Amino acid sequence: MTANEPVMAGLPHSEQDRSDPVLRAGNTNCGGCGMSNGHLFMSRAAGNDYQIQMVIPACCGIVTPGQFPYSNYGVPVVASTFGGAAAVACGLSEVANQNDDGYRVVVWAGDGGTYDIGFATMSASAERNDDIMYVCYDNEIYGNTGGQRSSATPKGASTTTTPKGKDVGKKDIMGILGAHGIPYATTISLAHPEDAIRKFKKALGMKGFRFVHILAPCPTGWKSEPGEGIEIVRLGVKAGLFPIFEIEDGFKYTINVEPEMCDESLGDYLSKQGRFRKSGVTVADLRESIDRYWRRLRLLSRDE
Amino acid sequence: MSRQLISANHAAAEAATMAARANKNARGFASGIYPITPQTECIEYLAKQEIEKGAVVRVESEHSAMGVCIGAALSGARTFTASASNGLSYMVENIATAGFYRLPILMYAVNRTLGPPWNIWVDHGDTFQLRDAGWMHVYCEDNQEVMDSILFAYRVMEDARIMLPMMVCADAFVLSHTMMMTDMPTQEQVDAYLPDLNLPHAVASEPVTVGGLDFPRETEVHRRQHQEAFDRVPEVYAEAQAEFEKVFGRKIPDRVVPYQMDDAEIAIVCIGTFASTVKPVVDKLRKQGIKAGLVRLRMLRPFPEQEMVEILSGVERIGVMDRDISLGMGGVLWSETRGCAPHAIMQNYMIGLGGGDVRAGHIETIFTELLEQKESGKPRIVEVG
Repeated sequence: MTANEPVMAGLPHSEQDRSDPVLRAGNTNCGGCGMSNGHLFMSRAAGNDYQIQMVIPACCGIVTPGQFPYSNYGVPVVASTFGGAAAVACGLSEVANQNDDGYRVVVWAGDGGTYDIGFATMSASAERNDDIMYVCYDNEIYGNTGGQRSSATPKGASTTTTPKGKDVGKKDIMGILGAHGIPYATTISLAHPEDAIRKFKKALGMKGFRFVHILAPCPTGWKSEPGEGIEIVRLGVKAGLFPIFEIEDGFKYTINVEPEMCDESLGDYLSKQGRFRKSGVTVADLRESIDRYWRRLRLLSRDE
Repeated sequence: MSRQLISANHAAAEAATMAARANKNARGFASGIYPITPQTECIEYLAKQEIEKGAVVRVESEHSAMGVCIGAALSGARTFTASASNGLSYMVENIATAGFYRLPILMYAVNRTLGPPWNIWVDHGDTFQLRDAGWMHVYCEDNQEVMDSILFAYRVMEDARIMLPMMVCADAFVLSHTMMMTDMPTQEQVDAYLPDLNLPHAVASEPVTVGGLDFPRETEVHRRQHQEAFDRVPEVYAEAQAEFEKVFGRKIPDRVVPYQMDDAEIAIVCIGTFASTVKPVVDKLRKQGIKAGLVRLRMLRPFPEQEMVEILSGVERIGVMDRDISLGMGGVLWSETRGCAPHAIMQNYMIGLGGGDVRAGHIETIFTELLEQKESGKPRIVEVG
């Protein structure tokens, strides 16, 4: 990759980036995949300051590197079993630390591997405060198997296993991770690169269990335009649907991006995605639960 | 060298601890541990040890216990875990991963009946379900063999020609909780016996992906290479035996352990502690002029077919004792052994299933029936009550 080649909107590849990006050109990700942007943010945040070892359970992210023996990742990657990522990462980080290697061990998992099958393993790792950075790129479906519902799928979204639209909402994963009292948990918006890169830098530099939650558009599953993924995330943040905040040590809540809580954005968020069409879920259907979540977030983030 | 009255569970943990310490000048040691009867005392013992450059991670499931070992092994560390029965079933996915990743992970497996209904006693069905997971399997007869086999296993597994995981198996309670006088190795001996682990495919900073995508043509090659590693086991096994005797002054049993087989006309084939029950019966029959013998299969994978064929070549009648049942087929040991002695009258006895107490009297009945048998019969379940 040559210097100043634009790799994401407004953020050219430059001297401060890793000489070998985390995600290399030629990978198999779909156009408009939010995971790709997540990798680029992490790549920039790591720069050449951190040596990363990545553990990826079954998900699109482990198809990304391509066929053996090639790899489209610029960092070493271990493919773990679907539910086993945090445990494998724990083994890598224990040994790296007892040998003073300085490696930063990162789990890169989808919502299936985080909210569902890997949930107990991740919870146990958080409870032990393993020295790993756990990144969940949440596209709100089992994308790699063609779009089935997970416990991260939002209410009203059609998937191949909820053809009429899901009738319950998604798990509050940030609330759950916050309740573990881990050093750091944060959400990241792909539409807010400065905030995102700051958070990746912060998380990479910390010890203990850090959780990073990315809302990652999946044009295939969301039935959305590949070029509109970032805009869709921006609308979700604006509407208050995807709150951008961080939790330190399980109690210190900080809201990083103030939403406008506007219905127009929420309406656009829904209408830009075909997955909400069949259920006919409306702004009014979602507004109450969004407001309720924010009332709680305001209380938790109150400066005392 | 000292002698100690020690259970197999503690012997296993003690051996693992010494092996862990022996790798301190390399990448150290890590273990994921989770309790399950009847191996719990093993991981409790391990959790009490202070191991320089060693981590014992108390995980939330057997699946994660093996997960931690996989990560640690890929980072170049020596690893160990223990499990049994349903714990092994829960762990299966990661057990297969350890096999396919060619990681020299050691598992102390205590053979216990698979539930439900819940039964904590000995049955070999739990590790036999892992026969095809790409691991070496060894089954022990006493506590000394458990302790020695674990040290021996590291030497074989970590040989550059092998790089395969191994499970060292012990019968529930008969060994796991039974105290036996055991020769304890010294740390100096273990240090001398076990070279530093150097995993050729350890993950460091090189941007490789371990376990990405295989197409059929890659899988064909990976399976062939995996099989070739198994094919090299007999050679490495023999070298590690010789070295073991040099360092510790004791012998590691062969992959097949014959007893009174030189001129045997009738023989029992079995694994594990059954052998200790069969031996006195063989002695008794010999005194009566019956040329009886015993074959203990110590290593199930790689299967020592050549040795079995040679040892069983002159035997006319063979009784295979299985403490397991492959439902819809018969005993696993029987179906594995059948091809080794097509000339013989062979009868399968599935006996002591679920930990039933198999005594000398049962073995005598088997020999008596077998002596009168005209042809090989269908596998039979023998209820010992």
